[in-house]
Amino acid sequence: MSRGKFGVYGGQYIPETLMSEIIALEEHYKRCMADAGFRAELDALLRDYAGRPSMLYFAEKMTRDLGGAKIYLKREDLNHTGSHKINNVLGQVLLARHMGKTRVIAETGAGQHGVATATAAALLGLECVIFMGREDMERQLLNVYRMQLLGARVVAVETGTMVLKDAVNETMRQWTARMHDTLYVLGSVMGPHPFPSMVRDFQSVIGRETKEQVQAREGRLPDTLVACCGGGSNAMGLFFPFIEDAKVGLVGCEAAGRGLHTKKHAAAIARGVPGVLHGMKSYFCQDEFGQILPVYSISAGLDYPGIGPEHAWLHDSGRAEYVPVTDEDAVSAFEYLARTEGIIAAIESAHAVAHVLKMAPAMPRDKIIVICLSGRGDKDVAAIARYRGRELHE
Amino acid sequence: MNRTNRIAGAFGKGKAFIAFITGGDPSIEKSEEYILKMLEAGADIIEIGIPFSDPIAEGPTIQNANIRALAAGTTVDKLFSLVESLRKKTEAPLLFMSYLNPVFHYGYERFFSACEGKGVDGIIIPDLPFEEHGELADTAAAHGVTLISMIAPSSEARLGLLIRPATGFIYTVASMGVTGVRSQLDAGLDGLLKKIKSEATIPVAAGFGIGTAEQARQVARYADGVIVGSAIVRLVEQHGANAASQIFEFVSRMKSAISS
Repeated sequence: MSRGKFGVYGGQYIPETLMSEIIALEEHYKRCMADAGFRAELDALLRDYAGRPSMLYFAEKMTRDLGGAKIYLKREDLNHTGSHKINNVLGQVLLARHMGKTRVIAETGAGQHGVATATAAALLGLECVIFMGREDMERQLLNVYRMQLLGARVVAVETGTMVLKDAVNETMRQWTARMHDTLYVLGSVMGPHPFPSMVRDFQSVIGRETKEQVQAREGRLPDTLVACCGGGSNAMGLFFPFIEDAKVGLVGCEAAGRGLHTKKHAAAIARGVPGVLHGMKSYFCQDEFGQILPVYSISAGLDYPGIGPEHAWLHDSGRAEYVPVTDEDAVSAFEYLARTEGIIAAIESAHAVAHVLKMAPAMPRDKIIVICLSGRGDKDVAAIARYRGRELHE
Repeated sequence: MNRTNRIAGAFGKGKAFIAFITGGDPSIEKSEEYILKMLEAGADIIEIGIPFSDPIAEGPTIQNANIRALAAGTTVDKLFSLVESLRKKTEAPLLFMSYLNPVFHYGYERFFSACEGKGVDGIIIPDLPFEEHGELADTAAAHGVTLISMIAPSSEARLGLLIRPATGFIYTVASMGVTGVRSQLDAGLDGLLKKIKSEATIPVAAGFGIGTAEQARQVARYADGVIVGSAIVRLVEQHGANAASQIFEFVSRMKSAISS
C-alpha cells in the first residue's frame, strides 16, 4: 500500500481502529477514479450542478491601476454554494455513495465546508451531520441555519478551544465510533492519507481549467499563481497541474492575523515547526513542548494551526513560496477588489489579493498572475464592517 | 532488571491489572501518590498518560484530565522526573501513553534515551498505527523501550500483519470509538480475544470502555490483562487531590474481580 508521503510529510498517524476503513477508502477511491462511469457522473455534477468550468476573468481595471503584471482572477466564488469547497464535496459524497455509505460527517470552521457538504448530501440523498466549534457556531449563525435548511444536523463541539481544530478532533472521534455506514468528508488537503491526495485530485479541476484558459487567452502559461492557504485546498487545486511547469511561480498566502510578532496569527509555515496532528505530519503552530497552539485570523477559513502536508513539502523543496498576510492587508484588499472590480471576495481569498497588490506593480507588464478567488464574501460583510468599527443589524 | 522482563514478569503472576492515569493531574506529586496507591492495591502495570492538547482517541473524561494536567504545567521532563522518583520505590513496569507529537517534538533519540535512563519500560502511541511504526521502532528498541501495538475490533483483516511483530503485550481495543466507560463492550470482543490469543506468543490485554468489576471479570476470561483508564481518571476528576482512598478501593476491587 502506498503510504501517502510527500517527502517526510503526510502519512497515516491515526488510531488502529480507523486503519481498515482508511485502507478501504483508498481502494475505493482508486477504483472509482479509474472508472469512466464514476468520472462521467462527477463531471456531470460539476458542470450541471456546480456550474463549472468557473470563469477566468481578466481584471483589467486592477491591472491598469497597479501598472504592472496582467492579473487574472479564477472565479471559484461563482460556483454553487459560493466557493471551491463544492468541487471536493461532490467528489467525496459521490464516493461515499459508491462505497455504500448512507451517512456523511464533516468538520467546519466558518461553515463553508459544512454548507457544501450538507448541499452535496441533500443532492445525493445521504444523512449529514456537521461538527462545529461552539465558538464558531455563535460567530456564524447564518451558516448554521443554512446547513439546517439543507437537512443537516449541526452538532456543537464544546471540547478544547471550541474552534475548527477541535471540530476536526471531534469528527475523527465520531468516525472512529461509527465507520460502517459513515464517511468522514474532510474539507481540505489534510488528514491521514488518502485525504490529502484525494482532496487535491478533486480540487485540481481548478488548475486544469486555469491552464487551458490562460493558454487560450495568452497562448502561454502564467508566470505566477497566488492563492490563500489555511489547510490549503484551493491553493493545492490551483498549483498541482502546474508543479511540472518549473517556470510557473507558486505563492501561498498564510494568515498573519494581527502580525507574526504577536501570538494572534495562523501562519503554520512562517511560525510553525514540523509535527504530527490530525493524522498527518506537517508544519504546525505549537509551543516548545509540542502542544498545539490556539491560532487566530479574521478569516475563519484560515484559522487552523497546520497546513496540508503537500504544501509542507512544496515549501521545503522550494517549489512554492509561502508568505504571511495580515488581517489589515486582507481587509484593505477586500475593500479594494469591491471598489475596483465590483467583486466582493471571501476574506480568505482577499489574503491572496493583498499579496498581489504588493507584487504586481513591481512586475513587467508582459507578466501574468492568476489569483484563485476561492470564495465569495457575502458571509464576511458583517465582520468587515465590525473590523472597520461599524455594527450592522438586519 | 531487564525491561521486557519487567513487562513479561507482570503477566507471570495470573491476570494482570493495568492501571492508567493522566500524568500531572492534578499535580505531579499527586500522580506519584496515586500510582503508588494503585500498585499497593494490586495493579501490575502502570500507564502514565502524557497530556496533549488534541487527544483524538480520548473521550471526555481523559480529554478533561489532559486539560487539567496541561493547565497545571505538566511537561515531558516533569513526567521523566516522576518516573525517576517512582523507580526508587518500585520495580513495577511503568509505561508511557502518549500521542506522537509530544514525543516527536522532544526528539526520538532524546526521548527514548531518557526513557532508558529514568526507567520507562514501554510506550503506547494511539496515533501511531503499525504502518508508521518505522518512525521510531528502531530508536525505541535501541534503548530497550517496548513499543506496544494496538488491535481493534475493526482489525480483523489485519491480524496476521499486526500480531507477528508485536512486542511486550498486545493492547486489544475493547470497543469502537474513543476511551471512556461504557455499559456495553464490543459484541465481538470475546471472539476477537480468542483469535488473537490463538496466534500470539505474547500476553494479550484489553482496554477502552472497561469500568466495572463485572466487565473486567468478563474480559479476563479470555484476556491475560485488563486495562482501565477513564474509570480511574474519573475518580481524580471527582476527588481532585483527595482521591487516594477511592482509587485504592477501586483498584483493589478490580484486581480481585479478575483474580477470582
